[in-house]
Amino acid sequence: MLELDRINSFYGRAHILHDLSLSVAEGEVVALLGRNGAGKSTTMKSIMRLVAAKSGKISYAGRDITALPPHNIAKLGVGYVPEERRIFTDLTILENLEVGRQTPRAGAPEWTPGKLFKLFPNLEERRNNLGGAMSGGEQQMLTIARTLMGNPKFVLLDEPSEGLAPVIVEQVAFTIRELKKLGLTILLSEQNLHFAKLVADRAYIIERGSVQYDGTIEELENNEEVRNAYLSV
Amino acid sequence: MDFFVVQILTGLANAAALFLVASGLSIIFGVTRVVNFSHGSFYMLGAYIAYSLMTVLPGFIGFWASILLTGVAVGLIGLIVELGVLRPIYKSPELFQLVATFGVILVIQDLTLLIWGPDDLIGKRSPGFEGVVKIGDQLLPAYDLVLIFLSFLVLGGLWYLFNKTRAGILVRAATQDREMVGALGVNQSWLFSGVFFLGSALAGIGGAAQLPKGGADLLMDFNILAPVFVVVVIGGMGSIPGAFVAALIISELNVFGVQLLPQSTLVLMFVVMAVVLIFRPWGLFGRPEIVGSHGSQGPPEAPLRAFSGRLWLVLAACALALAVVPLFGGNFLQVLLADVIIACLFATSLHFILGLGGLVSFGHAATFGGGAYAAALMVQYAETPMELALLLAPLAAGLLALVIGWFCVRLSGVYFAMLTLAFAQVVWSIAFQWSEVTGGDDGILGIWPSAWASSTTAYYYLVLALGIGGITTLLFMAYTPFGYALRGSRDSALRSEAIGINVRLVQWSAFIFAGMMSGLSGALFVFAKGSIFPTELEIARSFDALIIVFLGGVQSLFGPLAGGVVFTLLQDWLSRFEYWRLCLGLMIIAIVILLPNGLVGVGHWVRGRFGRNADPLSDAEEEAA
Amino acid sequence: MSFLEVRNLSKSFGGVKAVNEVSLDLNEGELLALIGPNGAGKTTCFNMLYGQLPPDRGSVKLNGQELIGQTPRRIWRMGVGRTFQITATYASMTVMENVQMALISHHRGVFSVWPPASRRHRDEALALLELVGMENQAGRAASVLAYGDLKRLELAIALAHNPRLLLMDEPTAGMAPKERVGLMQLTADIVKDRKIGVLFTEHDMDVVFAHAHRVLVLNRGEILAEGTVDEVRADPKVQEVYLGGGSTFGGAEGESAEGDLADA
Repeated sequence: MLELDRINSFYGRAHILHDLSLSVAEGEVVALLGRNGAGKSTTMKSIMRLVAAKSGKISYAGRDITALPPHNIAKLGVGYVPEERRIFTDLTILENLEVGRQTPRAGAPEWTPGKLFKLFPNLEERRNNLGGAMSGGEQQMLTIARTLMGNPKFVLLDEPSEGLAPVIVEQVAFTIRELKKLGLTILLSEQNLHFAKLVADRAYIIERGSVQYDGTIEELENNEEVRNAYLSV
Repeated sequence: MDFFVVQILTGLANAAALFLVASGLSIIFGVTRVVNFSHGSFYMLGAYIAYSLMTVLPGFIGFWASILLTGVAVGLIGLIVELGVLRPIYKSPELFQLVATFGVILVIQDLTLLIWGPDDLIGKRSPGFEGVVKIGDQLLPAYDLVLIFLSFLVLGGLWYLFNKTRAGILVRAATQDREMVGALGVNQSWLFSGVFFLGSALAGIGGAAQLPKGGADLLMDFNILAPVFVVVVIGGMGSIPGAFVAALIISELNVFGVQLLPQSTLVLMFVVMAVVLIFRPWGLFGRPEIVGSHGSQGPPEAPLRAFSGRLWLVLAACALALAVVPLFGGNFLQVLLADVIIACLFATSLHFILGLGGLVSFGHAATFGGGAYAAALMVQYAETPMELALLLAPLAAGLLALVIGWFCVRLSGVYFAMLTLAFAQVVWSIAFQWSEVTGGDDGILGIWPSAWASSTTAYYYLVLALGIGGITTLLFMAYTPFGYALRGSRDSALRSEAIGINVRLVQWSAFIFAGMMSGLSGALFVFAKGSIFPTELEIARSFDALIIVFLGGVQSLFGPLAGGVVFTLLQDWLSRFEYWRLCLGLMIIAIVILLPNGLVGVGHWVRGRFGRNADPLSDAEEEAA
Repeated sequence: MSFLEVRNLSKSFGGVKAVNEVSLDLNEGELLALIGPNGAGKTTCFNMLYGQLPPDRGSVKLNGQELIGQTPRRIWRMGVGRTFQITATYASMTVMENVQMALISHHRGVFSVWPPASRRHRDEALALLELVGMENQAGRAASVLAYGDLKRLELAIALAHNPRLLLMDEPTAGMAPKERVGLMQLTADIVKDRKIGVLFTEHDMDVVFAHAHRVLVLNRGEILAEGTVDEVRADPKVQEVYLGGGSTFGGAEGESAEGDLADA
């Protein structure tokens, strides 16, 4: 469904992604693992073209999206949940959701604020509060909900568990499994192997901007050598 | 008591147009991050278009229909400007966008002149509200109450739009994080066009609504610009409540200021702004700018080449050529060349802060006119000899730059540009309003050189010596550690601070130094012409320097010289046509879009294309990448 | 006695403790690595050490002189150098001129007019460029350098005022993998020679393991572990943090810490 073919991305002159390739099949939940600074977020941003890949090809659902502007990629049904969350702090929760709203999409679950409040009950009671007045956990819920309002088929989740209290992390994991049940395809980046194990089918390990390992979560669990080399200290 | 109520109401009524124009500017800036300098032109167009519509549409309904239709018409004109001028350069450096919108000002000025003629138009009174209302023993025009109602209506309408409609919510979201809005599937082009339409329409309605009070004239565009900038700076860019509150503060201040200190209303306005800026640099309702959220930086400039012997030779040859002109050239040529040299000095001094320092000043006329007025006043009131006046005028201009710079270097980017423009308007208003001293609109006459320099040729040599001297000093400074530190502060303020360089002090010093040189050019100007008028302090004068720098190429040290020659000759030639502003405006827009590196850039391009490369190593690498 | 003493450095953002009671010592010629997951408070620590962020509490003493409360410029003059995560150099100047500017500032010549900038301190600048292996690129524009060379240039600039302490924020970020170890080897040699203390943050564990004399692990604003590379690697708490055990599940302190706000 999504395919990255030898992409190279830069921040200014800093070369972040080196010939990075990966693919995600429909209905899969794939984790991008790696320490911070490895290039996970840049991969996500390159897919959304928030960072333009200098070379390589990115295709989604059989279509070359390498040069499409971000809003067109979103219109194809790719939802992006940024690491920094980027909540509109001056807008209420309902208004934040409204910004993310797109028309219903064939073959994707259709979301309304009402349905999302069932998934994220905390948000409902604060629906008219400003985005800026929420805790980190609530902001993470809101940023996922906001992206879902676009009725995506494919969701990019950048570090969804980062900086969250354990109980919230579990809630995020639960949400991801729910979304998978609904048939969404998910690519998430993660530093936390335990979290990835809870939700993902398959994992890539990224280090220094390129893929170092590729396999199922079970294989990775049993491969202590790889784990120590790339994930631990 | 009644007196105060009426005064307050008058202030509120005056705030209406200001609020409409300022909120439009704010909305456009919030989303597109472009400060639309031609926003005052939309306001002016509003007044003219409404005037024409009102002559066609009669009665009460016709009046209000005219105002509404004017809004739509001006909104559409704004849309054309957005699509035709700004869309191609959204990714260009900020300066390009500002200069392009200035080109739009010139075009609109001349089109207005072409369509409606040069005479001031007096607006029809609003049907049904021609009379006055009695409040106690005081009288208030009934239309003032209408204006107050209108401003609250617009405030309410905007509140509804921004809080209750999807488009408004998107605009608010985009004001905060444009990129994220795009990543959520919203096409930014639509948003940009939408806010341009809305913002321009508001300015148009502002111009139309004030018609019964103020009429329509060709100076409206520049006259509204300074108060509008003050309002958005006080209220905070991008904030509508901020624009409303600030418009109120400024208007009430004006109304009460007139009672207390009739000569100093404009100064009062700027005092308030200064106080706000000291305590809240981003305005009452604004939020700090994120660095780099405006137009891109543009490609980095090439390192300065060592001041080679060949270059000295070329410059010396030019100076020599200019020196022998009086041997064969007549008076006309000498006067024209003196104008060229003065323009070059003026523009080079702007380039010093703008090109080397990255400080885009839109108020450089303050020090040019400041120097000129200082010299003229010294001659007028202290019978100062020309020689002394030429020495003291730059110091006076430097003192002025010291005060203005103290405030301005605290800000950067468009805020710096707006603030310098606003300060220049203060200086202008002092020269204009304080007629006991400055002669006001009539200026100061009879400022002639000393006897030994009174012949055209003698004064030409004086201009040549001081002008070339000033230009050389400015060029030389670029090579000193101070000039390097200034360039460094532009390249990376972070780096400068990290190696112990006080960025603000460097910028402030540069601002003062450039002000002195600009003041010298002003002083040379005043003795060349024999008189000085407030026009030398106008926004248009600041833009002359800006366009010269721009024409020559911002990144080139010698650009202002090439630009100064071309611009002065071009202006001399163009000003023979009635609609020269139109030509100039269109040319500026074309240059911004087509020749972003200016004349010297074209030269470099030709050399790079057909000649030897400066850094073959780097080019090979670029190709490999 | 260590020449840099940091005691009880703390900073909160909106009630969240981004850095909490961090204390550390650094000796001359020592490379101390500060590591930890995103949001651990590394950058916040750095910004406080360099005077860009006032701490809520704590002290930083360099040779007994207090750094807290000083401006970054003053701290630089007191002998602290810094390199940035994303390089900050003067793009419109040559490599040599970039170093010359630091030397001019060091010799307090910014506001002088003669001789021209490019003729000042040439030998000194060239010597610094030789030190980092950039002498043959001295005349090139900084804007055309490869990223790894920019990092070397930054190092030369940071050494220009003969610092006692170098703060390096992710010195190898953005470099090609094979260049990384080389740059840190160079840094290690220089600091050993000149007896400079180095405090650096780094994500690349190969770099940390190869060059750090000591490692300090931060997690949620607090020091989790400190010791030699081997000691830290053997520490189960550290493994938990990096593999995701401790910080996420069963972590006793259930605060929704948002150190990342501070680090962003």
